[in-house]
Amino acid sequence: MIRFEQVSKIYPGGQKALTEVNFHLRKGEMAFLTGHSGAGKSTLLKLITVIERASAGRVFIGGHDIANIKRGHVPYLRRDIGMIFQNHHLLMDRSVFDNVALPLVIEGFTLGEIRKRVAAALDMVGLYGKERHNPIMLSGGEQQRVGIARAIVNKPALLLADEPTGNLDPKLSMDILRLFETFNDAGTSVLIATHDLGLIARMKYRTLTLRQGRMIGGESDVAMPVN
Amino acid sequence: MTNSASLTRSKLPISGRIVMFFIRHVQHAMASLGELWRSPVSSIMTMAVLGVSLSLPAALQVMVKNAETITQSWDSAAQISLFIDGPRSDKSIQSLIARIKVYPEIDDVRFISKDDALAEFRKLSGFGDALDYLDENPLPAVVTVFPTERYSTPQGARELLAKLEHEPEVSFGRLDIEWLERLQALVHVLERTVIAIGALLVLAVVLIIGNTIRLAIMNRRSEIEVMKLVGATEAFIQRPFLYTGIWYGVVGGILAWLIINILVWYLDGALSHLLGLYGSNLHMKGLSLGELIDMVLIASFLGWIGSYISVRHHLRAIEPS
Repeated sequence: MIRFEQVSKIYPGGQKALTEVNFHLRKGEMAFLTGHSGAGKSTLLKLITVIERASAGRVFIGGHDIANIKRGHVPYLRRDIGMIFQNHHLLMDRSVFDNVALPLVIEGFTLGEIRKRVAAALDMVGLYGKERHNPIMLSGGEQQRVGIARAIVNKPALLLADEPTGNLDPKLSMDILRLFETFNDAGTSVLIATHDLGLIARMKYRTLTLRQGRMIGGESDVAMPVN
Repeated sequence: MTNSASLTRSKLPISGRIVMFFIRHVQHAMASLGELWRSPVSSIMTMAVLGVSLSLPAALQVMVKNAETITQSWDSAAQISLFIDGPRSDKSIQSLIARIKVYPEIDDVRFISKDDALAEFRKLSGFGDALDYLDENPLPAVVTVFPTERYSTPQGARELLAKLEHEPEVSFGRLDIEWLERLQALVHVLERTVIAIGALLVLAVVLIIGNTIRLAIMNRRSEIEVMKLVGATEAFIQRPFLYTGIWYGVVGGILAWLIINILVWYLDGALSHLLGLYGSNLHMKGLSLGELIDMVLIASFLGWIGSYISVRHHLRAIEPS
């Protein structure tokens, strides 16, 4: 699903964010990406979503070499990646329904189809019946789940989560991770960036560790057994 | 995600995509209108600015249009006097008249014989008695030619004059046209001025709309970032802004049309009084409904251009981080 080959990223100004990173996330695999802040987690996720491009090395997403993807085709690549952010990136002046429906509207689904899929996605994250609410009226955990519903609503092959449990208490965090597990069971590849080591310890998934831009653990190609 | 074709295409079938394309356009157009409706004060301010800006070139256009109708009515006053060479028999003059009457350039021909000319001169000059002492009539016979409308312009009349002077009976022709040329030159200067000022004001409209759209883009920056993150193409993101620009243009165009017609209505009373004193009953022409459509089309096109420039420039700069 995701393959990095000798990937380095140097930002303009000379700041080295990633150095010769190698790893491979298989189709249907779930893994954690960890490291201190500043270790390069965000940069790695930005390379996957083509917000940034690698300075050296090759990045493959679903078999595509990112270097060959033209600017105009980036949106179509992103449609196949569900992204979840620590600060949710929700539109606070729109209803929950509008937020979750956004990827489907962009893709050009009919209203009937959108209603069906949004309802299914909200049901999956346990927010069924809150379509008309504004995100501002929801708790932090609920807002995060709106973000997750938006990420999964068009059934992407890959889910990326950047500190999805950053602001949540341990019990809510566990609920969110269980949610990711159910998507993974359904065949979706999942990569979760987090520095919550306690959380990782309780789950038996492969852990990719970054330190100062280098991958120091978990880069082996061997997939851990799912559960 | 499994083959490269899926990267360039939506997941929907082609027929569904075509239908949804149009539905989306209508939805975006309506959504943009709704967006303007939700912040009525600032929208109306922008539209009013556009209306006033557009009304200035439109007012100049009305001026030119009215000036043209007036000069056109003067154009037809052009006439050519042909003086007949020496003593000619009536017969040869009649044959000349018959010949030039069939010229396609000529509307009407009038003949003033030597005797008629003398009688007229006697009457108008007051030298009546003195003329009796002359042995012979010194005045030439004159054929007055009225060109058709097409040959009433200075250039056309001049061409016609040159042609007529080739006739053997004609000594020389006279074309009193200087004043007409001066008037036309004046109208020409006026037209050029209108075009120059109009171009500047049109540029102002484009810039105003571009700036308004730029502010709209800045206001919705976070929304644009999110849309880019979930895979919206730039065409999709820019569409509502383009429609907003078009709506500004449409309403601005209608406002300008209204402003002009109110102005014309206001001025016409005074102007027709003035013209009445000169014995004319000309009325000022306002802008017709057809011109309303033209103005709305032009203004919405300007709106589209302004927002397109702005969107091209500013949307690219917004990238999710």
